Amino acid sequence: MLELLPGSTPSAVVVFREVLEAALVVGIVMAATRGIRGRGAWILAGIGSGVIGACLVALFAEAIRSAASGMGSELFNAIVLFLAVLMLGWHCVWMSRHGREIAQQMTAVGRAVAEGARPLYALSFVIALAVLREGSEIVLFLYGFAAGGQVSLPALALGSAIGLGGGIALGLAIYLGLLRVPMRHLFAVTTWMIILLAAGMAAQGAAFLVQADLLPALGKGIWDTSKILSEKQLVGQILHVLVGYDSRPSGIQIVFYLVTIGIIGFLTWRLKSPAAPAGSAPRPA
Amino acid sequence: MIVIIFGSENMRMMAKASLTALALIAVAALHPAAAQESYVLTIKDHKFDPAEITVPAGQEVTLVVKNMDDTAEEFESETLDVEEVIGGGQEASFKIGPLEAGTYEFVGEFHEDSAKGNVVVQ
Repeated sequence: MLELLPGSTPSAVVVFREVLEAALVVGIVMAATRGIRGRGAWILAGIGSGVIGACLVALFAEAIRSAASGMGSELFNAIVLFLAVLMLGWHCVWMSRHGREIAQQMTAVGRAVAEGARPLYALSFVIALAVLREGSEIVLFLYGFAAGGQVSLPALALGSAIGLGGGIALGLAIYLGLLRVPMRHLFAVTTWMIILLAAGMAAQGAAFLVQADLLPALGKGIWDTSKILSEKQLVGQILHVLVGYDSRPSGIQIVFYLVTIGIIGFLTWRLKSPAAPAGSAPRPA
Repeated sequence: MIVIIFGSENMRMMAKASLTALALIAVAALHPAAAQESYVLTIKDHKFDPAEITVPAGQEVTLVVKNMDDTAEEFESETLDVEEVIGGGQEASFKIGPLEAGTYEFVGEFHEDSAKGNVVVQ
């Protein structure tokens, strides 16, 4: 059906794959910020700046790639990923520190005010980074495909629209799925999803640093489940983003994954505000 | 915004943790040097040439991918742990291995129908 416009299927496939990764991040952030006033603006701002960033990165792709003795794009990807990890971790820690304060507010207004202080900019930044990384590949792909002349613009547009729609639909599915979690568990569930998202990103960042020859691999293919579930398959790709599934991880990736969970988990626990009545100062850490 | 991020005790602790991790990485990164053998792969008309290369097992080798097309291609291999967008007319090199005997697939993600190949390790 799609091939009525030749070239629309490959376009749809590539666009879908890249959009999906960013859409899953957006879906998780949306679930984690449910009910927060003004979160829509932050999310849209993140997506918007991510799109602009993606165009810029695509424009300077070659300059980035050839920087640092040809390791520029690996370094860039790693930095983007680790920045996102930092932002996600910061958000978890903040929530842990202030979560009780928020829960203890007696009135809806008080709660809204306390929650309004949440560092939504951190999550907005995470979205921007995810959209930037995936978006730059889409821009480069679309530009190349269009310039290649084998695919007509309508086919490219149709394929991209389908890919975009499909990716967004799956991101939405994750969000709606998370909304079915009872309110009293939603916070814990989304916190864990954010921690695993961060751990997966840290492992991905480590892989890029190995590729850039800045980190030892500590053994490649510690396990190989690529025959059982490849990241190229839809479920594999979704798990790759959500929990950091890697069919053939190197040792250092596993280390980064576990260390990230450990650090964020430890800081979240260590900096948890004590169960004091609202308004009193927290004990020094 | 920088003041907000860095001005609090939480962020200072996170920064300390991150810096410690980075220091460990720097130490760990001191590992023996470069690969000897180089294998060249070209991308032309969105196909790899050669589509199959054979490399020896158990050692690190360098794979040079030259994109002779006008437009970008994303070279990717799940099993070789390699992923990079290579612009038209540009080239990129990757260190792969040491690898166990077997077949490792790679693709050009932007043109997956035609751009595929294997690295056979023996």
